[in-house]
Amino acid sequence: MTRYSAFAIAKQAMRHHMGWDRAWASPSPKSHYDVVIVGAGGHGLATAYWLGRKHGITNVAVIEKGWLGGGNTGRNTTIIRSNYLQDPSAALYEKSRSLFETMSQDLNYNVMFSPRGVLMLAQTEHEKRGYLRTAHANMLQGVETRWIGPQEVKRICPIMNIDGPRYPVLGGLWQERAGTARHDAVAWGYARACSDMGMDIIEQCEVTGVTRDGDKVTGLSTTRGEIGCGKLGIVVAGHSGRLAEMAGFRLPVESVPLQALVSEPIKPCMDIVVMANTVHGYMSQSDKGEMVIGGGTDSFNGYHQRGSFHHIEETVRALVETFPMISRLKMLRHWGGIVDMTGDRSPILSKTPVGNCFINCGWGTGGFKATPGSGWAFAELMAKGHSPLTAEFGMERFREGRFIDESVAAGVAH
Amino acid sequence: MLRLHCPNCGVDCDETELSAGGEAHLTRFGPGSEDDDFESYLFMRKNPKGVHFERWRHVMGCGKWFHAARNTVSLRVYGTYPAQVTAPPEALLAEIDAVEPGWRNKEEA
Amino acid sequence: MAHRLATGGRRIDRSRRLGFSFDGQSLEGVQGDTLASALMANGQVLMGRSFKYHRPRGPVTAGHEEPNALVGLGQGGRFEPNARATTTPLHEGLRAQSQNRWPSLKFDVGAVNAKLSRFLPAGFYYKTFLWPASFWHKVYEPIIRQSAGLGRPPEGSDADRYEHFYHHNDVTIVGGGVAGLARALSEAQDGKRVLLIDQDDRWGGRALTDGMRDGATIDGQSAETWVADAVARLETMENVTLRLNLQGTGVYDHGWMTAYERISDHRPGTEGPRHRLWKIRTGHIVTATGAIERPLAFAGNDLPGVMLASAMRDFLDDFGVAVGSKVVVVTNNDDAYRTALALHEAGVTVRAVVDARTSVTGALPGQVRDAGIEIVTGSGVKATGDQVVRSVELCAIGGDGTSKGRISCDAVAMSGGWSPVPHLWSHCGGKLLWDDARAFFYPDANRPPLGADGGAMVSAEGAAAGDLTLSALTQGPEEAPMRPVWIMPEKAGPELRTKMFLDYQNDVKVSDIQLAAREGFISVEHAKRYTTLGMATDQGKLSNINGLAVLADARGEPIPTVGTTTFRPPFTPISMGSIAGEARGEIFQPLRRTPIHAWHEENGADFEPVGQWRRPYCYLRPGEDRHSAVKREVLNVRSNVGLLDASTLGKIVVKGPDAGKFLDLVYTNMMSTLKVGRCRYGLMCSENGFLIDDGVVARLSEDSYLCHTTTGGADRIHAHLEEFLQTEWWDLQVYTANVTEQWAQIAVVGPNARKVLEKLGGMDLSKDALPFMAWAEGALAGIPARVFRISFSGELSYEVAVPANQGRALWDKLLEAGAEFDIQPYGTEGLHVLRAEKGFIMIGDESDGTVIPQDLGLNWAISKKKDDFIGKRGQERSHMTDPDRWRLVGLETLDGSVLPDGAYVVDEGENANGQRNMQGRVTSTYYSPTLDRGIAMALVRRGPERMGEVLEIPGTDGRSYKARICDPVFYDKEGVRQDV
Repeated sequence: MTRYSAFAIAKQAMRHHMGWDRAWASPSPKSHYDVVIVGAGGHGLATAYWLGRKHGITNVAVIEKGWLGGGNTGRNTTIIRSNYLQDPSAALYEKSRSLFETMSQDLNYNVMFSPRGVLMLAQTEHEKRGYLRTAHANMLQGVETRWIGPQEVKRICPIMNIDGPRYPVLGGLWQERAGTARHDAVAWGYARACSDMGMDIIEQCEVTGVTRDGDKVTGLSTTRGEIGCGKLGIVVAGHSGRLAEMAGFRLPVESVPLQALVSEPIKPCMDIVVMANTVHGYMSQSDKGEMVIGGGTDSFNGYHQRGSFHHIEETVRALVETFPMISRLKMLRHWGGIVDMTGDRSPILSKTPVGNCFINCGWGTGGFKATPGSGWAFAELMAKGHSPLTAEFGMERFREGRFIDESVAAGVAH
Repeated sequence: MLRLHCPNCGVDCDETELSAGGEAHLTRFGPGSEDDDFESYLFMRKNPKGVHFERWRHVMGCGKWFHAARNTVSLRVYGTYPAQVTAPPEALLAEIDAVEPGWRNKEEA
Repeated sequence: MAHRLATGGRRIDRSRRLGFSFDGQSLEGVQGDTLASALMANGQVLMGRSFKYHRPRGPVTAGHEEPNALVGLGQGGRFEPNARATTTPLHEGLRAQSQNRWPSLKFDVGAVNAKLSRFLPAGFYYKTFLWPASFWHKVYEPIIRQSAGLGRPPEGSDADRYEHFYHHNDVTIVGGGVAGLARALSEAQDGKRVLLIDQDDRWGGRALTDGMRDGATIDGQSAETWVADAVARLETMENVTLRLNLQGTGVYDHGWMTAYERISDHRPGTEGPRHRLWKIRTGHIVTATGAIERPLAFAGNDLPGVMLASAMRDFLDDFGVAVGSKVVVVTNNDDAYRTALALHEAGVTVRAVVDARTSVTGALPGQVRDAGIEIVTGSGVKATGDQVVRSVELCAIGGDGTSKGRISCDAVAMSGGWSPVPHLWSHCGGKLLWDDARAFFYPDANRPPLGADGGAMVSAEGAAAGDLTLSALTQGPEEAPMRPVWIMPEKAGPELRTKMFLDYQNDVKVSDIQLAAREGFISVEHAKRYTTLGMATDQGKLSNINGLAVLADARGEPIPTVGTTTFRPPFTPISMGSIAGEARGEIFQPLRRTPIHAWHEENGADFEPVGQWRRPYCYLRPGEDRHSAVKREVLNVRSNVGLLDASTLGKIVVKGPDAGKFLDLVYTNMMSTLKVGRCRYGLMCSENGFLIDDGVVARLSEDSYLCHTTTGGADRIHAHLEEFLQTEWWDLQVYTANVTEQWAQIAVVGPNARKVLEKLGGMDLSKDALPFMAWAEGALAGIPARVFRISFSGELSYEVAVPANQGRALWDKLLEAGAEFDIQPYGTEGLHVLRAEKGFIMIGDESDGTVIPQDLGLNWAISKKKDDFIGKRGQERSHMTDPDRWRLVGLETLDGSVLPDGAYVVDEGENANGQRNMQGRVTSTYYSPTLDRGIAMALVRRGPERMGEVLEIPGTDGRSYKARICDPVFYDKEGVRQDV
C-alpha cells in the first residue's frame, strides 16, 4: 500500500494521479474467519482495526450491507468530547478522545481531528449546577474540563449573544481538547488500515441469518453466501434489533430518526463547538465553512432516514437566539439518520446470551465521538472476554437496575 | 410531519399536537413478578421495521391517549383505535393483512 | 463583450433606471433586471471566484440553480452572503460585493490554488498534512479554513423580521408553467381547494420565452395568451390561491410541505417581513417544476462567458442582454439551436453551432442553417481564455481532443440536454427511472412517495415528469434525438480531463471523479463525499447527472446501476431567519408569569428562569449583592416573617370514587387513609423506582384530593397521572385536572406569620383550629382562600391559595398587614437555604433521576402495607437494594467553609480505568445565615452508617475540603418551630 504524504502526492501529480491504489480492497468473502464484524461503520471498522493492531487477530471480515461508513458515521455533526458525568462514560469517551489525537498518524490518513474546544452552555441555574458537578467529576476522572464564566464565553465565541433576553448565558463547561474530525475520513482511514492488515471488508453483503450450533454462533448466512466465524461482533446501530433477533436474543433498543443540517459555507467565524442544551441547539463550523447544526430526535420509532420539520425549526430558532448572525445565513440541507436508543441512553458493549456473539450498539445521538474508543474496548472484549472499559456497559444492567444515566446533570448526549 | 386521526375527538392531528408513547399493548408487571418479565415490560421493545402498534396522546388537543398501527419504514398509518384495549381490533389486523401480507410472520421471526 | 441590446427584454422597463454598486463601483440597471443581468448589461461577466481553486467565474445559469455568481448583498444588519445574482432582483441602491477573493475579484491571491491544482486533486487533504501531529489544528487547518468558505459572515443582529404562514388545502401545485396552470385548472374545476405557486415573479415558465419563440400554440392560442387566460380564469375561482415569488422547498411525510416566500429582499427596510415560510398541509402535491439544462463537460467549460444555452437566450429574451458579441453554441441536442436563432435574430454574431451529433436533421437546425450559421457536426470543443472565454478549439467528438481548428468568440452557449427537476418528488422517497435515450432521471409514476393512507402523495406534471416539450398540450417543432455526451471529447486525455468542470462551485472535475473511482470510492455516496461533487450551494443541480455518468463510465456500469444520491430539502437554500420565524427575543419562548409578577419586577427581583416561569431568585435592595440579599431574606424568615410567591407550584386535582385508590398506586405513601382536611407529604416514583416528584397532598373531600407538585413538575406529573389512568388503570373512576394557573399561592412564613394573617381576619388560624399539616377553606380579608398549614422551612408557615385573579390583592394586603413586622418577600434561593437548613430534600438537587427514596432516608414515606405502587417492583431489583448505595447525610466542613457546588467525595485509590475512586457527592451546599457556617447535604456510600467520619472533598478550585458526616437536619432537629 502506498503511504500517503505530500511527497506521494507530488510524485503522483506528475503522472496525473493515475497511479493511486484502491484505498481498500474489495474481496469476495472467504468461507471462514476467526472474527466477523457485521457493520462497516466507524465502530465496526475500529473494532476490526484494534483486533489486528492490538490483539494480533487479522483473519477478520467486516461485512456491510450497503457502502462502508454510510450509516450514522457519515450523518452526524462530528463532535468529539469526553466531558461526561458518569465514570464509565467518561472513561470510554476520554479513551476515545485520546485516540483521536493520534488517529491521523496511526492510520496514515488525515482524519482532520481538530481539538478546537467544546463549550456546553449553561443557561439556567440548574444547568449551571449540573456542569459544576460534571467539572468536579471530570477532575477526578482525568478529563480536562473547567467551568468558565459568561465573559470568557464571549471571549472565545464572539458571535454568541450572552445577554438573553430569555436565556442569558451563565457560563459553560469548557473542554479545550475536545473538537471535531472529518467523519467520513474516520471510516475510510480505518477501512484502509484494516485492508492493509489483510482483513476483508465486504460491502454490498447483507446478513440474512445467523447460524448457531447449540447456544453458540458459528456463522452467518449472507446475500454473498455462507460465512463461518469463530466469533461474531454485531455493530449495526439502528439495525441492531434485527440482527439480535436473528442471533436469538432481544435488545433493549429502539430506533428513532435524528436530524441535522448545514448552512451555506462562509468564511471562518466560529472556532469552537457550542452545545446549548436548554434551548436544544448544537453548532460548529466545518473546515469548508458550513455551520454544522445538530437537531433533535423524533419521538417515535422510525427507520425512515428523514425527520419532521418542526425539529429543524426548534433547533434553528434556538440557534438564531443564541447566535443572532446566523439569521441571515441560509440553510443548505437537512437530513436524518437512524439512531438506536437504550433504556438509559448509554451504549451496550456486551457479551450476549448467545455464545461467541458480542454486541456493540445503543450509541443513540453520541456515537461518532466514541468511534476509536468503542473499537478499542470492544476489540478487547471480543479478544479477551473482558475489558475494564466495557465492564459497566453490559446488557444485563437493565435487569439489575444499574443504569448509566448521563441526562442527570444536563449532560445531554450528542 | 405525521398526521394521525384521534379516535377520541375525531380530529386529524398534526404530529406537533401529539406526544408519542412508544410500543402499545405492553403487559405491566408489578411487585412479585419475575426479573425477566419486569425487564421486558420496561425495556424490551419489538422495534420492528414495519408494522408497529404504538401509543400516542393528543396532548395539545383532547388530552386523550389512543393507539395507532403505523409502518415504521413507509410511515403508512393503517388505523387508530382507543387506548382502552389490550390488543388491536381484529378488523384492523385484517386490513393490515390485506396490504402487508406476511407481516405477522416477520413479526414472529 | 456582454452588453445590453437596443431593444428587447420581456421583463425590463427601460424607462426606470436603477443605480446600484458592485465592489464599490457605481453602475446602472433598469427595473426588472436581476443583479446578474444588470452586471452583464454593464459588461461585467466575471462575478465570483470558485471555492477551491479561486477560479474566475461568471454566471452559468439565469436562475435558482446558479453555482457561480454568488455575491454579498447589503450591509450591516441587512447583509446577506452567498446571494445568487441570477435571482436577486435589482433595486435602487443595491450594494453587492464579490466574494472569496483577496484583494479584488480581478486579482485574487487565492488563485494560486488553481496554479497548484495539479497537487490538489480530490481528497488531497486526506493524504497529507499528517506531520507533525499538532500542525493540523494549529497551522494547516486555519489556512485551509481561511481559503475555504464563500461569503463573509453576517455580523450582529438581523434587522429584518420573518414570519410563518399556515395553509391547508386539497392540492398544492408547485410550478406555474403551462403544466402547472393546466393541472390547476382541472383540479379547481373539480372543486378542490388549490394552491398554485411559482418561484418566479411571473406565470408561464418557459412557455413565455421558448413557446413564443417557437410560435407554439396551446388550445389554438399563443402561449402568452393561453397563460394570461388561464391565470385570469384561476383568479376568479374562490377555491384557488395563486402566489408568485413562492418556492416549494420541501416535501415531508403525510402531505406536509414548506414553501419560501421572498417578500422584501428587493425593497429592504420597508414594512413587513423579509421572508415568509409557508407550512402547507395538503391532500396532494403536484410537482410541475420543469427541467434544468445540463452543462457539457469540455475543457475550459467554467470560463466566464461559458453559459447554458437556455440561460443565454433567457438573458436575451427577458433582459435584452447579450452575454457576448461573438458566440459559439455547443450542443448535443436540438434545443440549443433556439439560442442560436435568438442570438442571430437579436443581431448577435453566432460564429458556429458545434454539435456532437454526426447527423443533424431537425427543424430547428434547419432554421439555423437557413440563417447562414455554420453547423459543425460530430464535434466537440475545448474553450480557452483567462477571465473570459476567448476562443474554442474544435475537435472530433470521439477523439482525444486533437485540434481541428479554432474559432474566436467571447461567449459560449452550451447544452448537454435537460433533466427534469425531481427534488420535491424525491424528498419523501419517490423513486426515479432512467431514460437512456434522453439521458435523464424522471419520476417513476408507479413508485411515488406515499401518504398516510398508502396512496400516492405526489404526482409530477409536464417537464418535471419527463415530458420535455412545453406540455402535452402544446404544438411546437419536432426535435431530433439528442446524443448523450458526458465527456467532450470522449477520449480526452488526463490533461483535458482536469479542466472539465462538473461541480463548478466546488471545483470538481471529470478527473476527480475518475480518481475517486480508481481509489475505490465507487459508491455514489463515497464519490460524492470524497470529491464534494454536488455538495455546493446548488446541491448538484447542474453537476449530479454529469458526475454520475462519469462515475458510471469509470465503473463500467450503466448509470441507473450507480443510482443517485439522496435529494434533501430545501430545494434551494432558505434563510435561517425564515425557519426561526417570529419567535425571537422576548417572544423566543412563551413566558409564564405569576399573578404577582409585576410586583416582583417593581421591587428589585433578580429573576431566574425555572422552566418557562420566571421566579425571583432574591430581591435586591440598593447596595446589596445576591449573597447579602439572600442572607437578609433567610434571617428575616427565621426571626420574623417572610413572604414567598409559591404560585408556580404545581396543583393537580384528582377526583372520583377511586381517587384514593389511584393515588395509592401513584404515590409511595398511603393516600387513601388521609382524612379530609388534612395534608400529607408524598413521593412519586417512575416504574424504574426513581424519585420523580414530591409534594403535599391535601384531601379536599371524600372523593377529591389536591396534589401539589414541584414547579417544574406540574405538566409532567399531570401527564404521568393521565397516562396511567387512561392506558393502564382505565377501570378506575377518576378525573384529574391541572389547576396550577387557577390559583395564586403565597407562603407566609416565620414566627410572626400567624399574627400577620390574623390581621387580615376571616379565619381561625390558631394551632387548635388549624394544626400543623391541616388545611382549611374560608376567606382572608374577604378573599376566598384555602389555607394549608405546611412548612418547607421548618418555621410556622401557612400557604394561602386564592383564585389567581385575586393573588396580587392578597399579596398587597399581606404586605400591608405585615408592615409593622417588617415583612419581607424572599426568593427561590432563600427557599433553598431554609429547606437545606432543615434537611428537606429538593427534587433536582438531592434527586437527579437516579436516586430512589430509600437513598434519601425517606423510607417512612414508603408504605409497607400496599401491594403495589409505581416504582415498587423497580426498587426490588438487585442494584436498588445494594447496601453500598450512596445515601443521604449532612456534611459540615471542619473549618466552617462552604463546600463547592457539585463536588465529589473521594475514596482511596483508582478504579480499573485509572479514575480516582469516589464514594459520594455533594447534592446541596449553602452558606447558612442562621448557623453562620457552611452546610451541605450529600449522598455517601453507606452514609448514615458512618456518622462522624471525616471525608475528603476536592474542589476544582484546587482546594481539598474536609467535612464530617452528620445528620442532614441542621436546624431545629426536634421540629418544634413549625408546630407552634
